[in-house]
Amino acid sequence: MMTLEKQLHNAPKNNRYLLMVTVIILLLFTWSITALNFNNIEQSGMVIASNLVKGLLNPDLDLLFDFTSSGIMYLLMETIAIAFLGTIIGSILAIPLAFLSASSIVPSLVAYIIRLLLIVVRTVPALVYGLMLIRVTGPGPFAGVLTIAFVSIGMLSKLFVDAIEDLDTDVLESMASLGCSTMEKIRYGIIPQLFSMFLSIMIYRFDMNLREASVLGLVGAGGIGAPLIFAMNGYRWTEVGSILIGLVLLILIVELFSNRLRSKLVRG
Amino acid sequence: MYDKIFRPKKMVLPNGKIVLEKRSKTPLILLVLIISIYYSIQLTNFEISIIKDRWNEFFVIVWEMLPPNWQYTSKLWEALLDTIKMSLLGSGIGALAAIPVAMLASVNIMTNKVIAIASKVLLSLLRTLPTLVSALIATFIFGLGTTAGTVAIFLFTLAYVGKLLYEQIENVDMDAFEAMEAIGMTRIQAFRYAVIPQILPNYLSTSLFCFEGNVRYAAILGYVGAGGIGLILNENLGWRDYSSVGMILLLLVVTVFLIETVSEHFRKKLM
Repeated sequence: MMTLEKQLHNAPKNNRYLLMVTVIILLLFTWSITALNFNNIEQSGMVIASNLVKGLLNPDLDLLFDFTSSGIMYLLMETIAIAFLGTIIGSILAIPLAFLSASSIVPSLVAYIIRLLLIVVRTVPALVYGLMLIRVTGPGPFAGVLTIAFVSIGMLSKLFVDAIEDLDTDVLESMASLGCSTMEKIRYGIIPQLFSMFLSIMIYRFDMNLREASVLGLVGAGGIGAPLIFAMNGYRWTEVGSILIGLVLLILIVELFSNRLRSKLVRG
Repeated sequence: MYDKIFRPKKMVLPNGKIVLEKRSKTPLILLVLIISIYYSIQLTNFEISIIKDRWNEFFVIVWEMLPPNWQYTSKLWEALLDTIKMSLLGSGIGALAAIPVAMLASVNIMTNKVIAIASKVLLSLLRTLPTLVSALIATFIFGLGTTAGTVAIFLFTLAYVGKLLYEQIENVDMDAFEAMEAIGMTRIQAFRYAVIPQILPNYLSTSLFCFEGNVRYAAILGYVGAGGIGLILNENLGWRDYSSVGMILLLLVVTVFLIETVSEHFRKKLM
């Protein structure tokens, strides 16, 4: 027998385990196929699809370049403002929570409790926060800002914790041996390490928040979502087309810009 | 550009050498940041005094959710299972469909540049569309119900997994692929035996991660009529039956937590 073949035979065999996992996954899939039901596709479905494509191909250009308060440009600016302020407030709230849930800083029981709390905060859908916060601020973009802040806390603090736990502690040790005080250690040892990481995480979340902010309009929390759903319900396809084009272009541009900024931040 | 307006500071070292220190960009960045914050506050009518006066209104609904309406659970199972089915099927089909699309999009497998670029543009266009918007469009085409939700999740998964996958394919070691092509395998066969073993663990892990997120997304798709537990959530919010809303949220949190734990277990194994 060749050595190669011997090596092949010596490879650990976990066929039974793999087979079981595959069978379970296949069973789950066949079970979930019942979710599909093509019977209630309305006859008008295809008509609507072709109308939508037509709307996308010749959008309402006047509306697209309208800078007054009902125009798409203004609504897009409002969406950006909601996402921007929301990200900043969310980060301010997330930073203390992140330090409290880092097991390298606080006792593990406290860290565990805060982590559970964060899971709950993360799972509550954005639209529920939207409805709760409208009670505080009344409908409008202000509610949107606070909703975005709440929605982003969960992910932001999880990523912040990862950055905190990856902190290079050798630097702190060597600073202690030089006789630095705690404040000096934080200023020159911790902040330079965390600042660019945190900033990069915040920019990433801003990117996602822009997408979230664009659907908040559904609960009356400002942004471009409400005009979109009104236009769709009214079958005004050229309007839908111009809103979608504006939204997609905005998100693409912001994504391009933020990717550049982030790679610059990470590489220094 | 910036260095030309604010000249770098000159410093003469003791040995006569001249060193240029570039001016810090921090003041400029701070200025831009403050201006954007100012305009954002103007644009969104943000007022800190309102929060100070009325923050307790936020907890009115939270207190009404407690204790949750336990009797309501029996009516929720079907909708919850619908949500899980939607995300499972959407993620599964999306992850499978992502493989051929990612193959078309990666420049080292697809020799035709036009097709590669077109697939990349398609993927990023799909990714930009918020899931709720694609669900909204899907309800118009496929009618109200879980089918529309599945389609929305399928599209998002395709775009997300597809993007990460083509980035991985473009970074694989191509030597084995070339060797297999040289001994007469077709490109598909070479892809199967040279590229797939390299990307498989990462691909499975990404798909699982996407599935986790999709469960959370699927929960809100009901808001636009795309089936699942969101539909009931929306109804109860409309009736202001907050103790039932509390029960739905509790059930959702537990489900998401369980799914995350299971998927994290498998993802750790794949690493």
